[in-house]
Amino acid sequence: MSKEWPLWEVFIRGQHGLNHRHVGSLHAPDAEMAINNARDVYTRRNEGVSIWVVKSGEIAASSPSDKGPLFEPANSKVYRHPTFYDIPEEVGHM
Amino acid sequence: MYAQLVSTEGMKKPEDMTPEERAFQERIDRGEKIEPKEWMPEGYRKTLIRQIGQHAHSEIVGQLPEGNWITRAPTLERKAILLAKVQDEAGHGLYLYCAAETLGVSRDELMERLHSGKMKYSSIFNYPTLTWADMGAVGWLVDGAAIMNQVPLQRTSFGPYSRAMIRICKEESFHQRQGYAVMMKMAAGTPAQKAMAQDALNRLWYPSLMMFGPSDKDSVHSAQSMAWKIKMNTNDELRQKFVDQTVPQARYLGLTVPDPELKWNEEKGGYDFSEPDWSEFFDVIAGNGPCNKDRLGARVKAWDDGAWFREGLVAHAEKAAARRAPIAAE
Amino acid sequence: MPSLPDMTTPDVAELARSAAAHTHHTEIPKPDAGQEAFFEVLLRLGDATLILGHRVSEWCGHSPALEEDIALANVSLDLIGQTQMWLGLAGEVEGKGRSADDLAYLRDAWDFRNLLIVERPNGDFGHTLMRQFLFDAFHFELLKALQGSSDPRVAEIAAKASKEVAYHLERSSDLVIRLGDGTDESRRRMQDALDALWAYTGEMFVADDKDREVAAAGIAPNPESLRAAWEATVRDVLGEATLTIPESTFSHKGGKNGVHTEHLGFILAEMQFLQRAYPGCNW
Repeated sequence: MSKEWPLWEVFIRGQHGLNHRHVGSLHAPDAEMAINNARDVYTRRNEGVSIWVVKSGEIAASSPSDKGPLFEPANSKVYRHPTFYDIPEEVGHM
Repeated sequence: MYAQLVSTEGMKKPEDMTPEERAFQERIDRGEKIEPKEWMPEGYRKTLIRQIGQHAHSEIVGQLPEGNWITRAPTLERKAILLAKVQDEAGHGLYLYCAAETLGVSRDELMERLHSGKMKYSSIFNYPTLTWADMGAVGWLVDGAAIMNQVPLQRTSFGPYSRAMIRICKEESFHQRQGYAVMMKMAAGTPAQKAMAQDALNRLWYPSLMMFGPSDKDSVHSAQSMAWKIKMNTNDELRQKFVDQTVPQARYLGLTVPDPELKWNEEKGGYDFSEPDWSEFFDVIAGNGPCNKDRLGARVKAWDDGAWFREGLVAHAEKAAARRAPIAAE
Repeated sequence: MPSLPDMTTPDVAELARSAAAHTHHTEIPKPDAGQEAFFEVLLRLGDATLILGHRVSEWCGHSPALEEDIALANVSLDLIGQTQMWLGLAGEVEGKGRSADDLAYLRDAWDFRNLLIVERPNGDFGHTLMRQFLFDAFHFELLKALQGSSDPRVAEIAAKASKEVAYHLERSSDLVIRLGDGTDESRRRMQDALDALWAYTGEMFVADDKDREVAAAGIAPNPESLRAAWEATVRDVLGEATLTIPESTFSHKGGKNGVHTEHLGFILAEMQFLQRAYPGCNW
């Protein structure tokens, strides 16, 4: 079998200035073509104004087995959320 | 459905499960998503590859019966709509192949399995599209049947599959409507157009019912897939839902569903209807449908004829990378 | 009956014109010359995008890779959309109540005004890409000039279309370069395609009386004026693709005047089948 086009992950920034978001993947022989292909595959419905692509194999990811230690400690930090604090109504919006 | 007769391992009782398997099942029961790198039973992985792969193959083989009419569409607008729809199907195939790839199989391998006949695609695409009314009927009935299955699959347990289905359902929303719009024009048109519309319904009704697959209410395979939430409803449930939804739509068009036994059953709150001819279904699955050879032949030809193109681009990318790389490693 | 026009004779334009004048439209009063030339030039634009869009759409479901299938469908969709605009305007300018669909589906081959290159069969994927590149490079220059048209409707359509075509050209030139400078086989196929299509490029830049009349009114450029920029693009891209430009300057002509290759009849037989078999229906 001949060499397969590598897989790329595609990130798109939409019309409203939000961060680039992962939208899916595709195959392409190199980065430049991956961007063109992403334009054709993932922005057919006017979804984006900017495209990032990165080779899937080059993404470093957290390990699923670390899910507990990595993410559960944040559960107990309720004081980081605005609803933790009671502000009297007469103070007005804050 | 697009994934028919996907075989899976028999279902284990909780007491026969390993602790890992039990924890896995509990996560699914809690509604958690399973992500590619996480531990999963081998059966889950294999069944998903088969199911997502078959679904992806159905999308790209499904381009062919409608693609057939792009060059014959009767107006510029219809041509654009049909082309955009068939293009979406290529996109859906692409999303699904990518989802399958997260399970450790490559797209080229899946293509290879399709081309060699090791993997199947939905039986419906082995039926011919003979008149323009078929473009209406395929959108209305075939996409309508597919949506029945795809909407619940957005909640499937495997993260990449679920995300692909969400995107697909969003894009699919115009597919069935454009098909029905074609049917409305035909049914309200000249006597010849109306006859064409009725003929399309006559030919595609039972093949559409077959899309859901034979009854699986007693199947252990289906029970396992449902426990894993990679199958969300039984085939019979979806078929009933499809009939109940479609019959009033046919009536609105002034067309007759080709089933003399069709009648409303007050007690069950749905229609009673005739089963399709399942021997025909198994013939089609076995390769003896009217278009099996043509469909697979077209896919194989596209792939083989395109090999030089894919290889040429890889060769260029390698040359360009070598030119960019510093000449340090000598 | 005169013998069939030989497409290689230089006076093919005259032959086609006289054939056209003798065979049809005789019962309809002749509009003023300016309007007739304007209508003609709009047909040349709309018929080219119609026929090329049709050819490209033939690939749907049969391309070498899914990404390519999707990209080509986008090109075809752009071209169909441009056809609706150009032929819609043509019908308006003609003033006989013909819609874009009437013009696309109810004319015969001799009334089509597209360049011959767009009706060439798809061939292999390399052939399709080379045809696309050679046409895109021309189309891009043409639309750039049309944006300055004295007719605001033309300028508006050209402005929209030129964004689409800028991308078509970027894509097709990129692929021509990659495949020219790819494997031995991809290079050979691209060179074969170039050799086969080269003789259909000259027609892009031949100006006739209608072109000159419309150019004088500032509606559209004289096609001769587009050659230099086209040649520069083509030389650059083909050079980078390591392909050799054929030496021959011979050029097939006739499409702009309704004298086509045999392929157009088959395209129309397929494209117009429903409208012809079931006239007057709503679809």
